[in-house]
Amino acid sequence: MSQDNRLALELMDLRKSFGKTEIIRGISLSIAQGERHALIGPNGAGKSTLFNLISGRFPPTSGAIHLLGADITGRQPFEINRMGLARSFQITNIFHRLSVFENLRCSVLWSLGYKYSFWRNLNKLHNARERAEEVLQRIGLKRRRNIAAGLLTYAEQRALEIGITIAGGASVILLDEPTAGMSRGETASAVALIRDITQGKTLVMVEHDMGVVFDLADTISVVVYGEIIASGPPPQIRANAKVKEAYLGTHAEAA
Amino acid sequence: MSDGSLRYRPLNLGRWVIWGATLLLFLVLPLIFKGGFSRTLMAQMGILIIFALSYNMLLGQSGMLSFGHAVYSGLGAYFAIHALNMIGAGQLVFPVSLLPLVGGVFGMVFGVLFGYPTTQKSGTPFAMITLGIGELVFACSLMFPGFFGGEGGISANRTVGGNFLGIKGFNFGPDIQVYYLIAFWCFLSMIAMFAWTHTPLGRIANAVRDNPERVEFIGYNTQRVRWLVLILSSFFAGLAGGLSAINFEIVTAENVSAIRSGGVLLAAFIGGMLFFFGPIIGAVVFSFFAIALGDITKAWQLYLGAFFVLLVMYAPGGLSSLILMNLRVMSFGKMKRLRDPYLGVALSALTLLVGLVLVIELTYHLTLEAAGAATVKVFGFPFDAHSVETWTFVIALVLGGAAAFEYMRRRFKHEWDAIQVEMEDWIRENPERA
Repeated sequence: MSQDNRLALELMDLRKSFGKTEIIRGISLSIAQGERHALIGPNGAGKSTLFNLISGRFPPTSGAIHLLGADITGRQPFEINRMGLARSFQITNIFHRLSVFENLRCSVLWSLGYKYSFWRNLNKLHNARERAEEVLQRIGLKRRRNIAAGLLTYAEQRALEIGITIAGGASVILLDEPTAGMSRGETASAVALIRDITQGKTLVMVEHDMGVVFDLADTISVVVYGEIIASGPPPQIRANAKVKEAYLGTHAEAA
Repeated sequence: MSDGSLRYRPLNLGRWVIWGATLLLFLVLPLIFKGGFSRTLMAQMGILIIFALSYNMLLGQSGMLSFGHAVYSGLGAYFAIHALNMIGAGQLVFPVSLLPLVGGVFGMVFGVLFGYPTTQKSGTPFAMITLGIGELVFACSLMFPGFFGGEGGISANRTVGGNFLGIKGFNFGPDIQVYYLIAFWCFLSMIAMFAWTHTPLGRIANAVRDNPERVEFIGYNTQRVRWLVLILSSFFAGLAGGLSAINFEIVTAENVSAIRSGGVLLAAFIGGMLFFFGPIIGAVVFSFFAIALGDITKAWQLYLGAFFVLLVMYAPGGLSSLILMNLRVMSFGKMKRLRDPYLGVALSALTLLVGLVLVIELTYHLTLEAAGAATVKVFGFPFDAHSVETWTFVIALVLGGAAAFEYMRRRFKHEWDAIQVEMEDWIRENPERA
């Protein structure tokens, strides 16, 4: 899918400290376009912090981040989003008083170039409506279209969370624990959804469910104490002694 | 009014009917209520409707709690009245009918200036900055008497522009002409602000209200969104200020004061901020309290305060949410069952209210006009504030009313809750039709 040879994401010796505590301790990582990359590791390893650095929620203490060849280190979240990266959140982060449809329509407005327009009638922006309807269809919430997002079930809110993330058409998608708290059945349909919507895109995800990880990912990176201790295709990670010791050995059954 | 965006309808008949009826109401109201007092009241309602709707662009639509919105309406009013005086002095050629635009443009200019630092923050810091800017401008109004007119303010004569479109006698001197000028701008502003809620910026402002953090991750700069909304809102605030300059022919420091800012917050809240038309109802009710009730009793602010507290406690969505909840019950065809409970609540509440009003009015009379006559007229009846019989009657009214009200309230709540449960069950069984 990668027509050019730019990397989707490149992290260069990334570090982040909160006070005296260094949470991210020198992470370097290259993710090619079209790759499905999973970050795994024990709780508190720094996976979510890493997502927050990449998506611009916090600036890194040192190091650099490149997105599709452009330096995005220290940029604001909205700037990074406009450059082609979208993310979801571990704790559902939606517009709870707006309808499901409005949640999605809001998410497509910038990418369609409507910016801060206060002279256009939303209902006449056919491409925004069609795009929102299309995403609505893909995430399977068509029947819940006009309900306030805050009234959806948990699994539906997770689906909407993903919908908001992909609606803007970003080519690099970051999903933070997309199946957290889901039942087995819900997880299976979430995996199918993620596979479908990230077709031809770059996916980076944090995930605790090893079934999901080995099912979806082409490459897995293991984060332990703010460092990547191993990175490679699933079979290689499964066989890696360091990984077994640090992570899978103690947590594999539970996960 | 909030469902228009949900379904695609090329011609929205319901909306045409509502706007048409509003326009008709604006046109015929002064023909029905011909008294000078009611025209004063309606003129001020029109101005407050614009101001409250502009305030709700911030609070209800975008989640910005401002304590200083009168800065924009007040400064708009000052610029409009100076422009009016310049027209009078022959230094400026500009029609008086378009003067509100001068207020709007200058309101907007200050929205750009003050809005930038204000909208860097959201939530409580935002509210604090608006309070600070409000105090700052109010202090300036006393420091620069040349522009603000000091204690006496700036006065003007609204007839200096001559005849409107050359129509003889149409010089905005008579109240009725000013009323129609206000009605014209009010109607236009209502449409413009309603249309704004259906634009990309309007919808993203809702998203910023609900979840500013997430908005940053769908490509929008939330500070920019808040700033732009504040600029647009201050245009309409300034327009309302310009109209008040014409209406009163005087602008004083009170126009930029915290009292005005608090008043518009109260008006928007009373009407309800969740629906577009809420602040319109709020503006009407607030004007009624301030002007009509203010004419009858000195204690009008006490009544307004009590009303406000009750509303915040029992109907935080304001009057508009009460109306919509009842319309919902009606649409399910269950209003019949509420008729008797409503009647009981209304009668007992009325008894209690009469009792409480008597307590307040008699107490006011005793403390403020002790030297005057012993009797005071309440609801047209004379009461002797010193007699034991009066007080026995009043206290019996309050206690009896309170007991009856509590009983009726419980009966009503029982029926109301039952109906709500039935409606929820129905929606759960018929999700598509909900």
